[in-house]
Amino acid sequence: MLYGLKIALRYLTASKAQTALLVLGVAVGVFIFIFMSALIGGLAEFILSRTVGDISHVTIKAEDADPPILISPDGHVLAVVEQGRARTATLADAATWVPLIETVPGVTAVSPQITGAGFLTRGAQVAQVGVTGLEPGRESAILDLDGYMVEGTARLGSGLIVLGQTLADDLSLRLGQTLRLQSSGGVSTVLTLSGIYRTGNGMMDRSSIFVSLPTARTLFALPQGVTRIEIKLADLNAADATALRIRALTGLDAVPWTDGAEQLMEALNAQAQTGYFLKSFALITIVIGVASALLLSTYRRRPEIGIMRAMGAGRSFVVFVFVTQGALVGLLGGLSGAALGYLALLPFPTRDAFRPGTLPMDITQGSYGLAITLTVLGAILASILPARAAARVDPVTAISQ
Amino acid sequence: MSALVEVEGLVKTFGSGEAATRVLRGLSLTLQGGELTALLGPSGSGKSTLLTILGTLMKPTAGSHSMLGTDLVAADDRALTLFRNLHIGFVFQFHNLLPDFTALENVAFPTAVREGRETAAARTRGRELLARMGLAERIDFPTANLSGGQKQRVAVARALMNRPELVLADEPTGNLDRAAAMQVMALISEINRDEGTTFLISTHDEKIASLCRRQVVVGDGVVTG
Repeated sequence: MLYGLKIALRYLTASKAQTALLVLGVAVGVFIFIFMSALIGGLAEFILSRTVGDISHVTIKAEDADPPILISPDGHVLAVVEQGRARTATLADAATWVPLIETVPGVTAVSPQITGAGFLTRGAQVAQVGVTGLEPGRESAILDLDGYMVEGTARLGSGLIVLGQTLADDLSLRLGQTLRLQSSGGVSTVLTLSGIYRTGNGMMDRSSIFVSLPTARTLFALPQGVTRIEIKLADLNAADATALRIRALTGLDAVPWTDGAEQLMEALNAQAQTGYFLKSFALITIVIGVASALLLSTYRRRPEIGIMRAMGAGRSFVVFVFVTQGALVGLLGGLSGAALGYLALLPFPTRDAFRPGTLPMDITQGSYGLAITLTVLGAILASILPARAAARVDPVTAISQ
Repeated sequence: MSALVEVEGLVKTFGSGEAATRVLRGLSLTLQGGELTALLGPSGSGKSTLLTILGTLMKPTAGSHSMLGTDLVAADDRALTLFRNLHIGFVFQFHNLLPDFTALENVAFPTAVREGRETAAARTRGRELLARMGLAERIDFPTANLSGGQKQRVAVARALMNRPELVLADEPTGNLDRAAAMQVMALISEINRDEGTTFLISTHDEKIASLCRRQVVVGDGVVTG
């Protein structure tokens, strides 16, 4: 078959301009494939990082216990022991679980929290807020609070509060000012504004405030335990598996971010499907281009094929020569297109540096190997029909042409 | 002594129904090893069709065809391809060389295609043949750069590459001037004499035919003389 390879190479180099055009056509198809892969992949990364990058990837919430009830022998509920509305379900053993969860592979941060509702009062102005108590030193474990600070510091200490810029504007607050926070349970405390953040999320910037975990304990009357544990992962897509592992390890109800994010997942899937279609069209274009070029070549070389057959070349040899031409064109076009795609993607910012207004291209998601492999396979597939046509050439008719 | 080639009652019909044309009508012919035979006859008499069948490039509609004791009518395409490669050489009127290859590559082709690569032995044999054809200086020339007579001599060398028992030449001098034609015929005679290769040469040229020891005349699809 070495000899077949030599003939195929000779045919390709004999028509340099035609071969160059053919390789260029394939390269453009591969370039589109790689560009689309990087764009679709980068877009998915961008959307995910913007939507779930700052939220917990796996969350453990305290489960509310059913209220004790008294039932009569005939099945009627006689009495229900209703707990006070301020009572909050807790994860009493959080201190035990947190170090254990931190050892789970893929877990990058664990944040035990106490959450609840409250009212923020500044003079005559009152705002309803969601309160999150964070452990000092882990303020930016889940939400990158440090990164969103516009004034002051995210560092939480006793008697300090960090809130959103919209809320600060609504209440005309400045750093260092004091304000009163009253929890839904009626406990109130005076806090000093130590930091103002802006995430760009209107709801959050208007109604989410952060205090230290000890402050939250006082506000929500929880001397021990937390109400939730938020966990961040290195790989967003590993949330389901990691949640299962944490459940098995701790027995706690660990919920991945994908639960309740069906619409987002559907949108990402639809986007991926669109990408598959576009890439398939690029591949089909390559296949049609290679097939038509080789069919023309077959027709042009009919007399030579006839001579080869007369000299003792079998049909399989002729098939091999033309399929090898297709494979070589696919390989050359694939490699050139991949190199072209890589070079074209180089100027785009890396996935960690995506900024609004730029195309979120991810050079690492160019699917270079896949593009080259599929192109070579596609080119081989495309050359089978012309090769079989060449092998069927009648030597007598071809020689007399 | 058994014949090299035997055809008996050879019939070849092209087309079917009312459009059917019967080119060979029960032709019989025997070629002995070492013969130098001219095949004569007017255009349309069936000479080229006979050569094509003898070269195993086409099967007869009816009749028998054997060479070296092998029944070539019953053989399949794969067997015929190998048989052709090993035992039959061709020289065509228009040389029919591979245009993108050198003289040596063309000559070595029949061996290389069978062995799957161009061996050193094949290249040596090719060089010897080209030297014998007076083309030692043209070995690595692209065939496009050769004259008509030189191309035809390359074609003769290619036909001899695998040391075939039979070489079929269809009007090998028909496209050459007299001097080049005589040069090619002189080479064919020399190889026939020295190596005992059997040649069957189709020609319209009485002068060329007279250089052959035997003349076979075909007319209306049968041997007439």
